[in-house]
This record gives sequence, C-alpha cells and structure tokens, in this order.
Amino acid sequence: MSEHADTNAPLDGNSAAGLLHELFAVDLTSANVTCVGCGTVAEIGRERAYGGAMGVVLRCVHCEAVVLRMVRTPAGCWLEMLGARNLFVPAVEG
Amino acid sequence: MSEPPISRGFRARKRPDGPANRVPPGQHLVNDFPVLSAGPTPHTSLEGWSFTLEDGPSPLAEWTWAQFAALPQTTLKVDIHCVTTWSKLDTNWQGVTIDTLLEAAGLGEPPELFTMIHCDGGYTTNVPVEDLLDGKAMVATHFEGRPLAPEHGGPARLLVPHLYFWKSAKWARSLQFIAQDEPGFWESLGYHIYGDPWREQRYAGD
Repeated sequence: MSEHADTNAPLDGNSAAGLLHELFAVDLTSANVTCVGCGTVAEIGRERAYGGAMGVVLRCVHCEAVVLRMVRTPAGCWLEMLGARNLFVPAVEG
Repeated sequence: MSEPPISRGFRARKRPDGPANRVPPGQHLVNDFPVLSAGPTPHTSLEGWSFTLEDGPSPLAEWTWAQFAALPQTTLKVDIHCVTTWSKLDTNWQGVTIDTLLEAAGLGEPPELFTMIHCDGGYTTNVPVEDLLDGKAMVATHFEGRPLAPEHGGPARLLVPHLYFWKSAKWARSLQFIAQDEPGFWESLGYHIYGDPWREQRYAGD
C-alpha cells in the first residue's frame, strides 16, 4: 500500500484532445475505440491517459492495454494505433 | 562580414540552472523527483519478483529477490536527465551493476552487442551493451538509502544515467541481449534510438 497519494494516477482521455486535434479535424474525444486486447468499446475521453510530457499513451479503461500512442516532436506528429481494432466517429448531427 | 575577435558585450553568463558542465543543453534543474510513466504502477510482490538475463529467446540466468539482494551491491552518485527537460543532480542509488550480473551469470563477455530491457507492464527500451558496462549502469533497488518506491520503478529499475532517463526503465524484469539494435517503446514513436543528453538526442533525427 502506498503511504501517499499516487502521483502516477492517469488522466482521463479528454486530456489527449489537444494532441489528437493536431492530427484529426474532428473532435475524437467522443469517438469510440475498440481495444484489440479485450474488445471493450469506450469513448476516447473515458480511456486512461499516461505518458505525461513525453506524449499520450492511451490505455483501455477495462484491461489497461495500450490502444493509442501519440508523440509530438519538432519534426511532426507520430501516431500508433496497434492496440485499437477500430475507431468509430459518430456523425455530427444537424 | 567580420566580427571583432572579442565581443564587447561578452561577460560570464549567469547560470541559475547550475554548473554548465553538469547540465546538458536545453535542461533545467529540479529539486523534486517528477514521476512520468507510460502506464499504471505495477505493485509486484518481492516474492513474485525475479530478474532474468536472456540471450535472444534463451534464458541465461535468473535471480529471485533474495538472490538478487545477496549479489555484490554498488552505490552510485549521479546526475539524471529527463527528456522532458528536467535534470536532477547528485542522486544516490544502490543496486547491482550489469558487470556484476554478467559475472554472477558466469559470462566472460556479453553474448551480443545490443540489449532490450523488458519491464512489468510491457514497457521496453533499447541500450547498446557498451553503455551498460564498466560501472556505467545498474539495476537499482534503492534510492537515497531507501527501497525504491513503486512509482519511481520499485522494486527495481535500470539506471543508465548518462542517457536520457526514459532509458532507465522502471519495473525492470529482464535484460535481453540482441544482435541488432531495435527501438523500444518510446524509440519506436519518434524518440531518439540512443538518447545522449549531451548531444541533445531527444527525437529521431536529432
């Protein structure tokens, strides 16, 4: 048991919104991503975000497997989605 | 275009960030110890912990926690440099050097030129063998005289202080010798394959 607050607690996936917006024209935080590992479908905003200032490591809210990773470097943006079976972006209403 | 041999405005630069010969370019000093992780903190029990040396897919040697703690211990006082631009001076570590592990495994010399470090939680990082030898690296179990806290990589993390700190992998469980250099977790997503802070090798292509 930890004797103090966990300073490695994840942020929610909404914290990835800024970096995602650099690559995608739509707001992806309400898009659904399916985890390759366990099949759980969850909104990106509900997933768990690690990586701090190095980048975004988005992990499945259920099994904590990596579903998406992003890094911004001076040369550009890197994206890896090996852990995502698919991404569903809901149609914009109206 | 000619410049005077001595710039009139030249004077010693104030160095609020400490001695220049200890702070790599683009870094600033911190007194705390920031936590940066690619995943949740594993809480591996010491009874379930082991550390393995591997040659490719083949295990070379394995130590339980008790066996590891009985190996000759080394202390290191070093400066550490995170790629997110913080540096921390005079950190004190205790653990087992890679030289000692090789000797304990009965290996006269390392079987390959490169390594991949594997960790609880799936994190990996690659380090050339020569950067791990001659006392330059250890598997650390203590920080500032106390058992290494889980959020900082306890029970044991790699410590390679002359490279950016993502190479000092937390929750290390095995050191695998490999014939060809391969990118680990961050190295495969834009970070530098080697990561020398003095050459500011933060990202691929630096």
